[in-house]
Amino acid sequence: MKGSRLTLWIFLAPVLMWLLLLIVLPNIDLLIMSLRGENDYGDLVWTFNNYFNFFTEPIYWLTFVRTAIYAILTTFITFLIAMPVSFYIAKLARKRVQGALMILLLLPFWVSELVRIYGWMILLRESGVINFILLKLGIITVPIEMLYNDATMIMGLVYTSMLFMIVPLVSVMESLDDSLIEAAHDLGANQFVIWRTIIIPHCKPGITSGAIVVFMLTLGNYLTPNLMGGKNSLWFTEQIYNQFIASFNWNQGAAFGFLLLVLSSLIIWIGLTISRQKLGEVAS
Amino acid sequence: MIRSLPRSRTYNWSFNFFIVLYFVFLFAPLLVTCVLAFNDSNFPALPWEGFSLDWFFSNGPKRVGLFHDDQILRSIVTSLQTAFFVSIFSVVVGTCASFLFEKEQFRFKGVLYFLMLAPLVIPGVILGISLLLASNTAGTFVDTTFGFDLDIFRPSFWLVVVGQFSFITTFVTLVVSARLRKFDHSLEEAALNLGATRLGVIWHVTLRYLQPAIIGAGAVAFLMSFENFNTTLFLVGSEPTLPINLYMQVRDGSTPVINAVSLMLIVGTSLLALVNLYFTKREK
Repeated sequence: MKGSRLTLWIFLAPVLMWLLLLIVLPNIDLLIMSLRGENDYGDLVWTFNNYFNFFTEPIYWLTFVRTAIYAILTTFITFLIAMPVSFYIAKLARKRVQGALMILLLLPFWVSELVRIYGWMILLRESGVINFILLKLGIITVPIEMLYNDATMIMGLVYTSMLFMIVPLVSVMESLDDSLIEAAHDLGANQFVIWRTIIIPHCKPGITSGAIVVFMLTLGNYLTPNLMGGKNSLWFTEQIYNQFIASFNWNQGAAFGFLLLVLSSLIIWIGLTISRQKLGEVAS
Repeated sequence: MIRSLPRSRTYNWSFNFFIVLYFVFLFAPLLVTCVLAFNDSNFPALPWEGFSLDWFFSNGPKRVGLFHDDQILRSIVTSLQTAFFVSIFSVVVGTCASFLFEKEQFRFKGVLYFLMLAPLVIPGVILGISLLLASNTAGTFVDTTFGFDLDIFRPSFWLVVVGQFSFITTFVTLVVSARLRKFDHSLEEAALNLGATRLGVIWHVTLRYLQPAIIGAGAVAFLMSFENFNTTLFLVGSEPTLPINLYMQVRDGSTPVINAVSLMLIVGTSLLALVNLYFTKREK
């Protein structure tokens, strides 16, 4: 069916408005704002100062590097846990159970992230449920503060993004033909070899798309590091928030925001290049 | 290994144990939150002091239950209103976008498609601050050129709607596009041959076919809007949405009324998620 000009514009106009006004212009504005700053006389001028501040102030770039490393670590741990779970659902569970398990997996993630993190806070804090049980059982005598450290924060981040790894993994594993594994088994391959030469290579597209989404969500997460990480675990989004809301230094905050945007795009681009995929394929 | 291959008992046993452990990890925080909503204690913690519905129905002065807490009720209404507008707008524009990308040919289509996917890789915090900056710039521009102050460019209800719309539309577009790709175009040609107008065909044939996908995408948009935190955080004005309100309360120390709200959220979102699941099942 050939498109006429009128129908094309009916569809094009709202989409153009959306993308230009809400995606393109704001991000250009972000870049412009990050290059503006006050000089010694209090006038707004073009300057790279906001970026210089980032590199000269160790707390800023250290937080930045920390956030990136922890986001990669979180992605990797999520992958390690999600792999056997997806394998179980796709290849081990009986057909009937499969659907039910999928629904069970999905449900917690429809509930607001805040509620889930709140649940963990009730479990883990000094007066929390786990401490209460441990005290009652006599395993410990003094309650332990399990919140507000890096390990808990990473666990929280893994928990919040788990699903986005499992769903793509389950769908690629379901497309893996069982007979390939059976053949390998008959030819004498052990489990390790089967995983290394058959399962993992087959799952590569799922692994990439899961990893990208998890990484992106972790890097940009504000809630979990803020509530579970405590004062010592600085996250870069908190720096951005502080610049905007607490210091009211929008130019500095814009520079931080732009750096985070560059970092996330860069790492996602590297991930796509290494696995030779396109963003469009990963999205669908 | 897999279903069809012989497995040792230890392998089976340890794998099942791992899966049980995983599901405990998945549901423990939600379960604890729900149970403690009924605890007759002033803190969301054990010991169990007896069953109570105070955190739902108590009318002060010592305990204010969820249904008498004006602040929480107001934020729920704000969230519902936000989610309502966001899902309507994003479904309309998202459907337009999927028609545009699946059926029309025009120059720069690739660029536009890439832009449409961009919100997937832009962290929510960045979307929030860039929109905050852009609306502020727009507000200043209107003020200096036309000499009046428009409230709409300040952090407010509509700015939150716009902010959530800007990335939720991408998800709607992807869902509707997936369905549109399976559409049999000979149906449209038949209708055209029988004398229908182009827009008439889209209205009576194509949209009818897309209906389940559109309803499903609308439900997803509603849920995403209802639980959004990262983008909303920067755009929210004097009317906080539920996640923002809860965040403040969790951060500043909490009472079991938050557990009661969480319980309602868990029940509500689970129901909506199941309805959505039902529609996607029917679509297949």
